[in-house]
Amino acid sequence: MVKKTAERIYLGLIFLFLYLPIVVLIVLSFNDSKTRVQWGGFTLKWYQNLFDNSMITNAFGTTIFITLASALLATVLGTLAAIGIHAMRAKNQAIMLGATNIPLLNADIVTGLSMMLLFVRFMDLELGMATVLIAHITFNLPYVILNVLPKLKQCNQNTYEAALDLGATPLYAFFKIIWPQIRAGVFSGFLMAMTMSMDDFSITYFTKGAGVNTLSTMIYTQMKRGVIPEMYALSTILFLIALLLLLAMNFGSSRKEKMKMRERI
Amino acid sequence: MKMKKMIALLAVGILSALPLAGCGGTDDENTLTVLNYGKYIDPEVLDMFEEETGIQVKYDESETPEDVYSRYKAGSIDYDLICTSDYMVEKLINEGEVLELNFDNIPNVANLDETYFEFSKSFDPENKYSMPYFFGTVGILYNKNMVDEADLTTWSCLWNEKYSDQVIMADSVRDSFMAALKYLGYSLNTTDEAELLEAQEILLNQKPMVQSYLVDEAQDEMISENAAMALVYSGEAGLAIEENENLGYAIPEEGSNVWIDSWFMPKTAKHQENAEKFLDFLCRVDIAQLNFDYVYYATPNKALYETMDAELQQNTTIFPPQEVLENCEVLKSLDEESTNLYNELWKEIKSAG
Amino acid sequence: MRKLGRQLLAGPYLVWIIGFILLPVVVILYFALTNSEGDFTLSNILAIGDPIHLKALFLSLRLAVVCTVICLILAYPLAMILNKTGRKRQNLIVFIFILPMWMNFMLRILAWRMLLNNNGVINTLLETLGLPTLNIINTSTAVVFCMVYDFLPFMVLPIYNSMARISQDVVEAARDLGAGSVTVFFKIILPLTLSGVISGIIMVFVPALTSFAISDLLGGGKVMLIGNVIEQAFNQQFNWNLGSGLSIVLMIFVVVSMALMSAHDKEGGGAGVW
Repeated sequence: MVKKTAERIYLGLIFLFLYLPIVVLIVLSFNDSKTRVQWGGFTLKWYQNLFDNSMITNAFGTTIFITLASALLATVLGTLAAIGIHAMRAKNQAIMLGATNIPLLNADIVTGLSMMLLFVRFMDLELGMATVLIAHITFNLPYVILNVLPKLKQCNQNTYEAALDLGATPLYAFFKIIWPQIRAGVFSGFLMAMTMSMDDFSITYFTKGAGVNTLSTMIYTQMKRGVIPEMYALSTILFLIALLLLLAMNFGSSRKEKMKMRERI
Repeated sequence: MKMKKMIALLAVGILSALPLAGCGGTDDENTLTVLNYGKYIDPEVLDMFEEETGIQVKYDESETPEDVYSRYKAGSIDYDLICTSDYMVEKLINEGEVLELNFDNIPNVANLDETYFEFSKSFDPENKYSMPYFFGTVGILYNKNMVDEADLTTWSCLWNEKYSDQVIMADSVRDSFMAALKYLGYSLNTTDEAELLEAQEILLNQKPMVQSYLVDEAQDEMISENAAMALVYSGEAGLAIEENENLGYAIPEEGSNVWIDSWFMPKTAKHQENAEKFLDFLCRVDIAQLNFDYVYYATPNKALYETMDAELQQNTTIFPPQEVLENCEVLKSLDEESTNLYNELWKEIKSAG
Repeated sequence: MRKLGRQLLAGPYLVWIIGFILLPVVVILYFALTNSEGDFTLSNILAIGDPIHLKALFLSLRLAVVCTVICLILAYPLAMILNKTGRKRQNLIVFIFILPMWMNFMLRILAWRMLLNNNGVINTLLETLGLPTLNIINTSTAVVFCMVYDFLPFMVLPIYNSMARISQDVVEAARDLGAGSVTVFFKIILPLTLSGVISGIIMVFVPALTSFAISDLLGGGKVMLIGNVIEQAFNQQFNWNLGSGLSIVLMIFVVVSMALMSAHDKEGGGAGVW
């Protein structure tokens, strides 16, 4: 019993640690006073200002675009790559996976800087949206590949071969046999790529051009200039979005599990 | 099946986001890439300019003159217009990185006071390359409830044990060295190694009692009364005093730095016509008014100055009085060796402790 | 023949690897090994021996170790508690745990600044309670606080995953054979979760070692980590060669610490991902 209480307290403290900062931001977003800590009454004006502030809305749009586009492109490229790598001999596989690990293991700052050097000095590209997108795809790829590859290894090769022997086109055989088995891996790779891309700061910071800002780099610059209360309102909104997204995903997956259970019965 | 729907949905999401991305890159014809200091233009002005001219502004910010230099020299972005401080403009002119401005295309320049072009001759002798934007001084923003105003007559207040852990220094090499050099009675453009080492020593001694090294954040910290004193630019001080009446601004009697920030067109400029349109726009009285209200530094715009009420004209925080100006020095561009020495000494200070 | 066809699917990726993974490494290596005139030099690499850079490196190592240890101490019991609760509640707890991670990284730093400021939320609370106030903003303590906050989930999740994989039968068998809780922990739980612990350590240690944004925003310009030195070499001093050289050193440090860690990790493979 004592142990149980101790565990509860421990969990409680950790959750306090995790949520106190968020609660502070949310509370401040309703505070009608520019000086931070004093409470100046309830207001919704920071939310209103938020939507009028083109700097914030632009950064929001850019973040959504970069996140979705880089995750989607990385998923397509990475899934194809995983299938290709899976078909390779062990030695080639090892080489490909070794290279795949580089952006994963490398420090973000080094990845960002080395890509910046490549763009500017080697390719003579002007930094902008495209360079950010390329950089994001690059660090998203390993997450997709490492999520898809294990699923491919679990696949039964013979079924696919058999389908081909029976006259199925490779494309048909792929969608009928391989795809259902790797789908979950592709999807989790996509999600992970999205999470990483959305949260990235360092790599975007070094590869972005003038006038291009994701939420991370925009907030960073803003914090360097002195915080505006709209940032708190932004926090609340991002928190709500995260909450809804996660709830939707959890809801979806638990429904899927239920379906599976039913199938078994 | 579900997966397909999901992908279709995402594809739609991306397609709808594409126009947003378009603003970032594709239309290269009618744009203007600008590099300016942080908080140094009213965002409204950028919107108005885009609306009136149809020119799309790609706006980038930096913190210190050194930051501006690195960003420009990196060559990763082709800037059309840059705003930076006197000595950095001078350095870039000397390096042959600056294009001549055609003032015939900037008729509103007539609104600017001739005095400041005179002043600019110290770094742009023929007034060919630069156009003044704002000017001001460096001084101490202090909290009247925390600081004894008698201490503020000399720079030594920044070294006063009384204010230990209550001082915010500038995270900018020339500004922090300026305070130390002036305190020691040297010129703020000294290249004498012994003098610089002496200045470094007192800055090192000061470090344990410095709360933080900041640039643009200092104003915010002072408004929320997180510190007693901060080394800031006059405009920061002016705005902070508006927000919190407990604050004041002082320039110690040893003198300080008077600076002028100017616009110039670097060699990378691809949209020179747009750049000149932008400068002309900035000189318009209504626009200068917006920017002045937003940044609160002294404006060289005479036409605007004349419309201000007397109280504002006599605000000595924003418009430094003549006797203060006479006591102040302008930062000069240093040779490469001295620049490296400053940087090296500063790096040692920053990493000490 | 068929296999070859499938191998070709990796073609675009191979191009990508060469263009955007290997080439950047070559380019940064080139900058690291040349001076501003383009002549070969080792001075940018050897520059790590400069007292300023050594100090920054040691401070980074120290903070990264402290952060990793705190994360480990917090995460291990947490994973054990999680593992014991029922399935349904477990999902809820994991959910609550992941949620803050989906907030923007920068906003989390902002939150800590609001909390830790001299006039921040914590100090205001302490003051009203009549307690002495804390003075930790602009110090490495504040930086560690925020790092722990940011990276804790990376420690919890792999440990929790490896713990969930332990079959209850093994534990029960041990108990039936007379093992006490302590023995079960040291002989079964700990060895079987070691791989999780190691991936957790790697995933916390590396970002903590190389971060520059947290120290930049919470250190008040007084906490110089190796990441800050590199960033400033690029953005303030316009010395790309020095920045590249130090980056290479940092890269070597990361690779060596990983190699040391995974030498202990028998399972290996995919250690970087949870």
